[in-house]
Amino acid sequence: MLSIKNLHVSVGDKPILKGLSLEIKAGEVHAIMGPNGAGKSTLSHILSGKPGYTVTEGSVTYFGKDLLEMAPEIRAREGIFLAFQYPVEIPGVSNVYLLKAALNAQRKHHGLPELDAMDFLTLVKSKVKLLQMDEKFLYRAVNEGFSGGEKKRNEILQAALLEPKLCILDETDSGLDIDALRIVSEGVNSLRNAERSFLMITHYQRLLDYIIPNVVHVLADGRIVKSGGPDLALELEEKGYGWLEGRAA
Amino acid sequence: MMAGEHSAQHYLSVYADYADTLPGQDNAFVSNYRQTAWQAFKTLGFPHQRLEEWRFTNLTGLSRANYLPVVSESVDLAWLDTVRLADSWQVVLVNGSFSASLSNLSDLPADVCVQSVREVLQTQPQRVVALLGKAVTVDEHSLIAFNNAWFSDGVFIDIPAGVKLLKPLQIIHVSNVDNSLAVSRQLLVVNQGASAEVVETFVGTASSYFSHAVNECFLQQGAELSWYKVQTEVAGAIHFGGTYVKQAGHSQFKHHNFAFGSLLARSEIHTDLLDAAECELNGLFLGSQRQHLDNHTRINHLQPNGISREFYKGVLDQRARGVFQGRVVVAEQAQKTDSQMNNRNLLLSADAEIDTKPQLEIYADDVKCAHGVTVGQLDEKSVFFLQARGIDTETARHILTFAFANEMVDKVENTDLRSQLVKQLQVHFPAISL
Repeated sequence: MLSIKNLHVSVGDKPILKGLSLEIKAGEVHAIMGPNGAGKSTLSHILSGKPGYTVTEGSVTYFGKDLLEMAPEIRAREGIFLAFQYPVEIPGVSNVYLLKAALNAQRKHHGLPELDAMDFLTLVKSKVKLLQMDEKFLYRAVNEGFSGGEKKRNEILQAALLEPKLCILDETDSGLDIDALRIVSEGVNSLRNAERSFLMITHYQRLLDYIIPNVVHVLADGRIVKSGGPDLALELEEKGYGWLEGRAA
Repeated sequence: MMAGEHSAQHYLSVYADYADTLPGQDNAFVSNYRQTAWQAFKTLGFPHQRLEEWRFTNLTGLSRANYLPVVSESVDLAWLDTVRLADSWQVVLVNGSFSASLSNLSDLPADVCVQSVREVLQTQPQRVVALLGKAVTVDEHSLIAFNNAWFSDGVFIDIPAGVKLLKPLQIIHVSNVDNSLAVSRQLLVVNQGASAEVVETFVGTASSYFSHAVNECFLQQGAELSWYKVQTEVAGAIHFGGTYVKQAGHSQFKHHNFAFGSLLARSEIHTDLLDAAECELNGLFLGSQRQHLDNHTRINHLQPNGISREFYKGVLDQRARGVFQGRVVVAEQAQKTDSQMNNRNLLLSADAEIDTKPQLEIYADDVKCAHGVTVGQLDEKSVFFLQARGIDTETARHILTFAFANEMVDKVENTDLRSQLVKQLQVHFPAISL
């Protein structure tokens, strides 16, 4: 579904990604680990279309289409979902309004009629229930005054409703205590199925205790320097990243 | 001042033609009040920008135009119905004149007085004399003098002690003749322990006019008044609306100021607070194209234990210019005053402008006063967040701007008024759907 080939990305004159290649198939869960400054967040940003980056070489193909040509909102409507490391607070916009606007934008893009208020509420409430959340969540302003855990659960709620094909989790574990991490991970696991792919970006191994990936990659100095199974994460936990830096995959 | 710059020559030359038709000329006090004011206006002309309180607002357009008073009642009734607030009493002023036939005061409690100022001047002039000029004088500026001299009618409201009005009273100012001048004076007394809610709506169907309303409000001991101003004049209108309040001890005054319309508009809300009185001033001004929206507020804490809260938001797009001047004065004896002022502004275009000037003048030593101002643009992180959820940039910008503005609309408790205001916001931000 996603094919990244020899991707080079700069911010200003500074190269961040230096020839990154990655293949993700439908239903796979990939974890990207790596030291700070390796380019992990840049990868999530470039896939979701955040402005401020220049692609100098390489390609990203998503279901056969050039992803880099698409505006961020088109990528979202086509099924790419970025769960933000730092979800923004939007005072004055209720969660339910955001969810409805997002879902209807996606439906319109696919030539489907917009859901009316009743059908929408039924659907969104089923997702709230699935994630064992309180319905009051829906009527609060987006992330305003939410705890770190609530913000991340709210991201998962958005994903549950929008049913993405590729879900990018950017440092989803950051700022979570162990209980919140477990709850958020359960939410993510409930979204796993044979079609949906995940790209998990994380600094720490602990997230992978809860969301077990198919493949673990180590990103260092803008490239994937090693790939392996879930055991690789344990090895990294033990040895750190130092022994891999400077190696090519 | 440059010769003729704000000389108001047109008004000086036509005043004599109208003076005799103005109400109260047969009353020595009122007639003298008008004459004194007109003498003052002749000397001063319209306010000019070298006056500190008018630094940011240029009235050249006003002195250039030749507005004239008119009498006309041919109002489109179906249109007027869309302006009327559900479940309210309404007074309709057409081009500054009280229209009994368009007003709706049925079931108003018998002891509550809501009448035309012109009529009260005929039947009980002493009631007008007792209030006229007691909350604002020509010392404020020459537009007050202009109103004193020219007001042709208005609404006289007296809520007896202990009476709590259960429905809002809406005052609808309609201007429907091109080039017209509508000058009205409202006098309102909320007696001891009484409470009332007033919604002041400014609308027009003519293409250009000058709408000029001065309100003097008197809150007696423990009285409560909520006042909503909804200024939705047409794009070619010039608007001046001032509300001047005297608050007795333990009274509560809440003002919500929504400035959406006009080419040039100035709002003034001034209040004097006595012992432990409270006031809350909220405002939202929303400008685009070449609109100029000036908001001038003053809170005078004259005695101890007063509380004031002020929160104004501005949203300015294209070449619009907004002004916020908020002044809080705490007199020497006004100990234990608790005052907060906040002004937040969103500039949506590189050509938009805001001039914001919060002022605290504190002469007491045991007070809690704070003020804050922000001027900013839409948060690009939030725009991207919405894009990442499939929402296009234009809609994302509208959603975020709407949310910023809607915080002030959300403070409105009356649901019908709130939905009218939300519709006004949607005119500005059409990409949102609610």
